[in-house]
Formats: sequence, structure tokens, C-alpha cells
Amino acid sequence: MPDPHAEHFPGRIHQPPLVANLEAIQPHDQIELPHHPKLQHHFDDMAQQIEASTLGMWVFLVTEIMFFGGLFAAYLVYRHANPEGFAEASHHLNVTWGAVNTIVLIVSSLTMALAVRSAQISAPPKTQVAWIGATMLLGATFLGVKAIEYADKFAHHLVPGPNFRWEGKHPAPAEIFYSLYFCMTGLHALHMIIGLGIMTVIGIMALRRTFDADYYTPVEIAGLYWHFVDIVWIFLFPLLYLIGGHFTE
Amino acid sequence: MSDGQGHFGHAHIAPASMYYKVFGALIVGTILTVFAAKVDMGALNNVVMLLIAGTKATLVILFFMHVRWSTRLTWVVAAAGFFWLLLLFSVIGDYISRGWVPGTLR
Repeated sequence: MPDPHAEHFPGRIHQPPLVANLEAIQPHDQIELPHHPKLQHHFDDMAQQIEASTLGMWVFLVTEIMFFGGLFAAYLVYRHANPEGFAEASHHLNVTWGAVNTIVLIVSSLTMALAVRSAQISAPPKTQVAWIGATMLLGATFLGVKAIEYADKFAHHLVPGPNFRWEGKHPAPAEIFYSLYFCMTGLHALHMIIGLGIMTVIGIMALRRTFDADYYTPVEIAGLYWHFVDIVWIFLFPLLYLIGGHFTE
Repeated sequence: MSDGQGHFGHAHIAPASMYYKVFGALIVGTILTVFAAKVDMGALNNVVMLLIAGTKATLVILFFMHVRWSTRLTWVVAAAGFFWLLLLFSVIGDYISRGWVPGTLR
């Protein structure tokens, strides 16, 4: 390599530039510590990254607790004002369908937890997708049962509004009960539908070999959401389906 | 990472058997709550129902949602949400007991 400055400094001994020297000794890929390609630049390491995501998801779930908490508070106030009416109205819900759906959601939480675990142990993508698919199938089953129940309520004029009809002793409290029933289970069902959308994305990511023991944050975060929706139903089922009067059957 | 252990993270991976045990407890809780609802215990029915639901929710949070192995910061944030619920129901319970909510004094 000819020295470009040779003609200005005839006595100079040729030396490659300092920068080129450094590059020859320590290429950049050896100076930097190895890091995972999924590590965002603003995090120190993968552990900090997943902790930040988990914490952020929990902050969102706290707002969800407040969201559903308001509805549970409304339920408490109206049920306390109309205990007999609520018991009478609850009697018309199908305990079997409610219990079946509770079991379906608990099984879906198990498959969801195992989907996260399969990513954590770097199981093959088809295993991960199988658990995610099973979770989605159970979620869809839940919504199917809910559709059957809703259709039955429409057929029997139990939907609050001008066509609401009640044969029992407490028509007004029964209408309040069914307003709360549709608000609470409807909002819960909306969360299930959103959950199915999230799981579709997670399933595609798993198919594309996104998740392994080093990086499984999205499937873990989706799991937190799915389990939270399950917890809401764990409270909705006894409070709506199982109050007073069932022992008289 | 064929050995199943990540080279970058240090997450706790629970054995699959733990998930099946928690699942079994949740199913038992569901069956218990249906049968408890058919026994006339007066006001105790509500207490039993909420105790079972609360236990089931705690199991899901601690084990399925991995809070058992999460950092203390996550613990505090999660607990704050449920503490807020406690405040909400305490205040509303207080209002109801004073008859400040129309129709609830008995």
C-alpha cells in the first residue's frame, strides 16, 4: 500500500493508520459482549428485559382489576338491595353450562401454562403450537357455550329491555340481575375474543421458531392475560350461577 | 439451546407435574363450590363460595402466572391491585351498612 503522504514527507517511514491497526487486532465483533438478537438496546440483559415486560403487563392487569372491580361493586350494591330477587333470577341460569365452562377455562389455563413451559424448555415449534392451539380451541369452546346460553336467554325474554318478561315474584330485581349478567359475562367474553386474537399472533410467532429458552417473553405475557381472564370467570361463576335457592331443588 | 436451559436468562422453569397438581386443585375447588351451593348454610354460603374462589385465584396467580418466582417489584404491583379491590369493597360495604346507598338499609 503506497503512503499517500510520502511526497510531502520524504523521510517518513510507512505505517498503516492507527485505526486500521486497532481493527486488525480487535475486530468489533470481538470487543462487544455476545448478546441475544432479541435483546433490545435499552436493556442490560435478557433477564431485565423479561422482568420489565412482566411488570408492564401486571400494571395493565391492575387496571383490568379496577375495570372489573367496578362491575363487581355494582353487583354487591344491587344484590344487597335485592337478595331474594337476585336468588330467584340466578335460578334461571343453567348451572351445568356454567360449571362446564368453568372446567373448560381451567383446562385452557393448564394448556396455556404448558405452552409457556414448552417455550421455556425450547420444545420444538410444533409442540409449542400444539399447546397454543389447544388453548385457543378451549377458548372457542367457552365462547360457543356462552352463545348457546345467550340464545336461550333471548328465546326466554330474559334480555333486559322492552321485551324483558319475568314470571316470578321479583321482576324488577330480576331485570337488574340480568343487566349485570350481560354486562359482566359480555365484557368477559369480549376479553376471551381479544385473547383468541392475541393467541393467533403468538401461534404464528411460535410457528416461525420465535420462542426458545432464551426468548419467550410474548408467550409469557399472553399467558398472564389468559390466566387473568380465567380468574375473572372463577369469581363470575359462583356469584352469578350459584347464589341462593339452589338447595331448594 | 437443546439442553433446555437458556444461555442468557435465568428464569425458573417449574416441572410439568406442578402444573398438573395445581390444575387438580382447581378442578376440586370447582366441584366443591357447586356442591357447597346446594347446601343451605345461610349467610355462610357466600363466605364459603368466596373463600373457594379466592383460593383458586391465588393458585392461578402464584403458580400459573409465575408470581411465586417473580421479582418483589412484580409482587408489590400485583398485590396493590387486589389491595385496591379490598379498599373498594370496604368503602362500599361501609356505605351500605349506614344505609347511604338507597334501598340497601335493612
